[in-house]
Amino acid sequence: MSIFVNETTKVVYQGLTGSAGRFYGLRNREYGTQVVAGTNPKRAGENVEGIPVFANVHDAREATGATASCIFVPAPGVESAVMEAAEAGIEFIVVITEGVPAKDEARFYNRLARDFPQTRLLGPNCPGIISPGKCNIGITAGEIATGGGPVGIVSRSGTLTYQALYELTQKGIGQTTCVGIGGDPVPGTNFIDCLEAFLRDPETRAVMMIGEIGGSEEEKAADYIKHEMTKPVVVYIAGVTAPPGRKMGHAGAIISGSSGTAGAKMDALRSAGAHVAINPTEAGNVMATVVAHL
Amino acid sequence: MDLFEYQGKQYFARYGIPVSPGGVAHTVDEAVSAADAAGYPVVIKAQVQVGGRGKAGGIKLASNSSEVRHHAGNILGMDIRGHVVERVWVERASDIKAEYYASFTLDRGARKHLAMVSKEGGVDIEHVAATNPDAIIRRHIDPAVGLTHADAVDIIDSAGIDQEARSGAVSILELLYKCYVEGDADLAEINPLILTPDGRVHALDAKVTLDDNASFRHPEWAAFEGTESADPREQMARERGLQYVGLDGSVGIIANGAGLAMSTLDVVNQVGGTPANFLDIGGGASAAVMANALEVVNSDPNVKAIFINIFGGITRGEEVANGIVTALGRVTITSPIVVRLDGTNAVEGRAILKAHESNRLVSRPTMVEAAQAAVAFAAQ
Repeated sequence: MSIFVNETTKVVYQGLTGSAGRFYGLRNREYGTQVVAGTNPKRAGENVEGIPVFANVHDAREATGATASCIFVPAPGVESAVMEAAEAGIEFIVVITEGVPAKDEARFYNRLARDFPQTRLLGPNCPGIISPGKCNIGITAGEIATGGGPVGIVSRSGTLTYQALYELTQKGIGQTTCVGIGGDPVPGTNFIDCLEAFLRDPETRAVMMIGEIGGSEEEKAADYIKHEMTKPVVVYIAGVTAPPGRKMGHAGAIISGSSGTAGAKMDALRSAGAHVAINPTEAGNVMATVVAHL
Repeated sequence: MDLFEYQGKQYFARYGIPVSPGGVAHTVDEAVSAADAAGYPVVIKAQVQVGGRGKAGGIKLASNSSEVRHHAGNILGMDIRGHVVERVWVERASDIKAEYYASFTLDRGARKHLAMVSKEGGVDIEHVAATNPDAIIRRHIDPAVGLTHADAVDIIDSAGIDQEARSGAVSILELLYKCYVEGDADLAEINPLILTPDGRVHALDAKVTLDDNASFRHPEWAAFEGTESADPREQMARERGLQYVGLDGSVGIIANGAGLAMSTLDVVNQVGGTPANFLDIGGGASAAVMANALEVVNSDPNVKAIFINIFGGITRGEEVANGIVTALGRVTITSPIVVRLDGTNAVEGRAILKAHESNRLVSRPTMVEAAQAAVAFAAQ
């Protein structure tokens, strides 16, 4: 099985007519994802290599039965795109766009939580989600993933998500679902949401978690792992050698004072019973050992 | 972007938050003019983004123009913990009856805004938090709802703010929230928020950090740019729109994605090297972006080897390879380059690079092997 998406997921691409939306929308379709529609208020009735374009998500959903949305629109338009998808009844919204203002994402996350509690948001500023062989929504290169499980992946960093997939695939270890939650200050889906889903998924038998410096999400995940998680978790935290007090690119990756350091996170996770690796390659090696003993 | 105190006060003033009358000065003459305009006595404050400026002699009181001349002359050019004072803020001195604290920031864990108010202002709030946590009132504000007037009254009353400051403090808290949200600040902090003997409440200091992602809707932020005394490498990177943090090692790092860039620093350290920088070229990086990144890293005299670590998602392999080739034609790269390329269109990218490989440009299949090669080059 997979979490959040599967082979029946039908996806509408908001921003399909833009260059990134088109490139990845077509790639996702080629992978096997049911890419059923795109939206653009000025280009309704056109199509992108056979994918029909609608004026808005409501029309796209009525016509195609889309259940998920993938957002590629530029940052200033993300908030209204997310609300448009939720109001149209979309259940799973993936925001790939980076550079969304923190105030916007705090507002739309909380609006969804209040008015559309059944809608799951993934991102912003995330690579998306892939359930190998079934569904790939976002910018992950599908060929680096291998289906069949038993490992579920959850990662805060885009490129480290691919790195994790790649390390496992190189070792012949399959994945159930790989979720990139993104490194922004207000992620729609967090580590615990994914750990809970992987815990419930019978095919997922071990989880790889990729975190990074800043915030306290990894510490909260450690608490969940300690008290709830019955499946093995292998962790890598990026930024062991990052200097404190400096913003490292991601809005999320900043250390303030002594909290949020890689060391503090690794200690918390280790004492919660997770296997902690010092680089992505080692994480792959540790997971291979864990999988061999399942 | 962190604002200087004077910029923060200018920003507060845009949202109607009362601040002391004053002006910024780059020279002694400008300081005297600002003091004459504000009215004596005045306070002269060094504008540096580092704590402890009072102890270092960077804040002085002056009751006439000759005292302004004397103090401003001493403070301008002063070195405060490695920061040279280029500007002073001169404002009318305030009589203080009480000092409070007020701020808004995002509580990431709760995914809501956080208001913090204390009647114990004027000192390091982290010290208050550690020694007397009950003295700070913390309230989450739902970003979907916003701060209501009733919330503001409740927060001010719960914090035990003096009765005569109550209405002024409530009003300032509401304005501060407006500045924080509409002004797209990651942090908007007043410490101290003061009550004067004649019953007025106003901001005596301003700490504002702006959310760079919101700059598209704030053309007024252009006035704040270029005032920070940045590392010249960081300045050069910023002008090229790159996410760069200068470090002091010998292996220049170029990676796509903050996570991979941080991981690259970790791996370089683990194989015995020292990173010269953090540089994230981000998603969708074109040939021009890669060329810019190489120019910035190449400008650092400490760099002895360059490690380009790209895993293609939104950045396509052939764009990366073309970028490297273009940059090599545009600038003379002084250090050997090690490339590790994987992911979207990596095969096409590697094929492009293959034609240009030499003993100055090599490719390695894994992150650890590439780090080892770069560290070995740096040691030569």
